[in-house]
Amino acid sequence: MDGIHDMGGMHGFGKVEPEKNEAVFHAEWEARCLALNRAMAAIGAWNIDEGRAGIEELPPAVYLTSSYYGKWALRLENLLVKFGLVGADEIAAGHALRAGKPLAGKLGVAEVPVTLTRGAFARPAQAAARFKVGDRVRAKNIHPPMHTRLPRYARSRVGVIEAIRGCHVFPDSSALGAGENPQWLYTVLFEGRELWGDNTDPTLTASIEAFEPYLEAA
Amino acid sequence: MTHDHDDDSAHGSELSEMQLRVRALETVLAEKGYIDPAALDVMIEAYETKIGPHNGARVVAKAWADPAFKQALIADATRAVQSLGLIDRVGDHLIAVENTLKLHNMIVCTLCSCYPWQVLGLPPVWYKSAPYRSRAVNDPRGVLADFGLTLPADAQIRVWDSTAETRFIVLPMRPAGTEGWSEEKLAALVTRDCMVGTGLPRAPQDIA
Repeated sequence: MDGIHDMGGMHGFGKVEPEKNEAVFHAEWEARCLALNRAMAAIGAWNIDEGRAGIEELPPAVYLTSSYYGKWALRLENLLVKFGLVGADEIAAGHALRAGKPLAGKLGVAEVPVTLTRGAFARPAQAAARFKVGDRVRAKNIHPPMHTRLPRYARSRVGVIEAIRGCHVFPDSSALGAGENPQWLYTVLFEGRELWGDNTDPTLTASIEAFEPYLEAA
Repeated sequence: MTHDHDDDSAHGSELSEMQLRVRALETVLAEKGYIDPAALDVMIEAYETKIGPHNGARVVAKAWADPAFKQALIADATRAVQSLGLIDRVGDHLIAVENTLKLHNMIVCTLCSCYPWQVLGLPPVWYKSAPYRSRAVNDPRGVLADFGLTLPADAQIRVWDSTAETRFIVLPMRPAGTEGWSEEKLAALVTRDCMVGTGLPRAPQDIA
């Protein structure tokens, strides 16, 4: 979706403000919020793409004015209701009003180390890769109204296939609960000027990780 | 972790509200039988103590000290980092990108907050912020200036937007004047920011 989350190249957000000796969490609730989100994802309540879509679907004004873990808390509430795991009335009450749905089992202490390892997203190829390293490709001018990982700034731009990363779970399908639909994943390199115009820093190049359905030969 | 954050924060009222809101969520989820609060405690402790840029620093120091390891790291960072045994099991799709005198790499996630957690820990607030995510791809030199860093005018700047499940870590250049240093001493030069590409390693005299 062409949402507020797709920020690459936007103006007006001001300076980057690094914090010296930043703590891992700035408040206890941030840590609890992160852990709650990950504990629910770990038992398969939703997949990583459904989770990202949950953040992107927050209203733009809410997205911009909520802290990072604030967004995670809102996403958690929304997904719990969306997937029928908790009622909005229970969230409002702050207590369970009905028994929980049977899930694969809750995350126990012994299983925590597993959640600290990243999942594997590579899958067997369904077909030969359409592009090879060095090919010129154009990112398609597409505007799907749902979750996608093709940033706006790359659309319609021509780049070069720099690397083939294997066949991966396709987020655009996975976020809809429509299966993994594995697709070839490429690193596509763009000249800064191709992305941002003639006045761009001539020393800039930028790459995206692009799934094959995002690309066409150029 | 401190528990007195409400008192000294400009956003005290938001924090209190969020604290209550998240606490209520945890109560609901525990009562529904979906979560075990004790497991959350263990997870949080791991994020605060076990996972962090100290792991990435060891990887970089090893690459500086051991050319064969550096080659393996560039070829397949997942496998190379796994071989160090710092982390129980290294997740897939980790990619190391090397800085040179002519090329400076910088990592961003314009769409969300993708970051190599296993080697760098949880991302800092600035990495997840709108200013960084919006400007890294079209004004990287301006972003670096915000970090107090100026690169030579003729250096190429390469920005990696983490738009899939591949994850990137920058292998910075080894500082001059560190010949013969142990990996442990070298690791003390490696900052989180230099592994994201928004900083350079510390100078040898800074840790004397």
